[in-house]
Amino acid sequence: MISVRLDPEKCRGCTICIKRCPTEAIRVRSGRAKIIKERCIDCGNCVRSCYYHAKVAVADPLSRVSDFTHSIALPAPSLFGQFKNLEDPGVVLRALLGMGFSEVFEPALAAEMISALTASKLGKNAPKPLVSSACPAVLRLITQRFPNMIPHVLDLISPAELAAKLARGRAVARTGLRPRDVGVFFISPCPAKVTESHQPSRLDAPVIDYAVSMSEVYFKLLPLMKRSQAMPRAARDGLRWAFSGGESRLLGDARCAFVGGLDNVIGMLETLDGEEDSELDYLELGACPGGCVGGCLTVENPFTAAARLRRLAAAAASGPDAGASPVEVFSQDFIAEQAKPARELIYTPTTILDRDVGRAMQKLRQVEELKERLPGLDCGSCGAPGCHALAEDVILGWAEESDCIFNVRDGVEYAANDGIYLPPPFRRRKDDEQAL
Amino acid sequence: MPMEKLTLSFDIIGGNFIAAGEASSATKAALRKIGLSNDIIRRVSICMYEGEINQVIHGGGGKAVIEVDERRVAITLTDGGPGIPDVSKALEEGFSTATNEIREQGFGAGMGLPNMKRYSDEFEIISKPGEGTTVVMSIRF
Repeated sequence: MISVRLDPEKCRGCTICIKRCPTEAIRVRSGRAKIIKERCIDCGNCVRSCYYHAKVAVADPLSRVSDFTHSIALPAPSLFGQFKNLEDPGVVLRALLGMGFSEVFEPALAAEMISALTASKLGKNAPKPLVSSACPAVLRLITQRFPNMIPHVLDLISPAELAAKLARGRAVARTGLRPRDVGVFFISPCPAKVTESHQPSRLDAPVIDYAVSMSEVYFKLLPLMKRSQAMPRAARDGLRWAFSGGESRLLGDARCAFVGGLDNVIGMLETLDGEEDSELDYLELGACPGGCVGGCLTVENPFTAAARLRRLAAAAASGPDAGASPVEVFSQDFIAEQAKPARELIYTPTTILDRDVGRAMQKLRQVEELKERLPGLDCGSCGAPGCHALAEDVILGWAEESDCIFNVRDGVEYAANDGIYLPPPFRRRKDDEQAL
Repeated sequence: MPMEKLTLSFDIIGGNFIAAGEASSATKAALRKIGLSNDIIRRVSICMYEGEINQVIHGGGGKAVIEVDERRVAITLTDGGPGIPDVSKALEEGFSTATNEIREQGFGAGMGLPNMKRYSDEFEIISKPGEGTTVVMSIRF
């Protein structure tokens, strides 16, 4: 299941998204961009890059709040970076109650707990580097393509998942309601976290009931915030998890690298894959440029949002403790227990040519032979992101060799000899040289 | 039933430390596509990377041929370099003939051949001074 969809009315069948997709999960077919679901990691690159807004990230409807006796909002820390002139995150929390939520639990607090647990793991026979488990798009990338990195992934669930577990448990204890009468709503900055909420990769069952879009919530919050007084809030440095480098900052002196943007993440993982004796202690990886503030369900420019969050986190850290910190309410042992994943990540490659090794070898040989006959221009006109992808598609039976526009060149060459105009892609190199 | 076989071959350029490792990366990518287990791929990558680096440092470049059949991955590395006068000495951990310049670049720690031997199931060196070196390794399924 994925949370990125195509609006076929808006799609023009251009090559923008197929080329920006880091897992080569999109093909243009019959003039429309089709997503190969098992390859999509919900990174949102296609949503960000489509000129025509034909790729959309879908989240759950906010109206579900009324389905529950007691509803809890979990605002991702990036939410607090969306508002200009926001001095106190407590205003946003109060406005969330005004929207109909019964209570708010800050995932930024859970992020602080995760950071403390991570700090205690560093150095003690932990693999080097430990890799952050916060970005679900990165986790899916790792399980698809970097099996050697799986043991490096932090064995802790994400802050949003931990927040959901702690918040529901606390609400059930306080209200006496059945767990299913308590609705947990995550306010998500990205489609990857929406999918992760529905299908957690490291839990046996979802702990978040609905994941709603940050941009939808943003526009509902704006009028309410004008009328809201601040309420006590407790998160401090956890707010920094919303931007690239924030997570690392909470780990003090550890040697951390923070990498934002999926192309950079892939480059980093390729360097580390199979490497022994890394100099890094911790690797903070986020699929979006600038970190979670760059998610495609956010509203504000990611770098502006990060600047605001830095200021808010610094003010919170130096100001008086605004509220009783749930970190003190829950015991350390309880938090550590709740933060443990229930499942291991499993290597699930999506680009194997055949289940049978012998047949896969035969197909790989055919792919290599076909690649020799393709022009190597990666123009995308065939609907695949490059010639290597078309070659694989043809051998897998998803496309035809004749889908290559350059294969028709030989057929039209006689026209050039007759002096008829041919556009540049159809000219042989020597024709152009003569013209110049 | 006909035996399926896959052959990949690469030219390794001597002295080019920037491109060193590209052949083993390409091999890794190809083996992933045919669905070999991660453990096999990891061992092949280590053996091939070490061999590639040796060809870059000592061999003046050479050729890497990878053959996959139903039983194993075989790696044959051939170069026309100076050859190895004492093969058993070369297999000792830490023994290296790399120049200081090479060592200062972080290579030549004397672990290449020992690692290749350790991670492969079959390992053979054919070398004579002045006649180049051939290393044959196989990793069985």
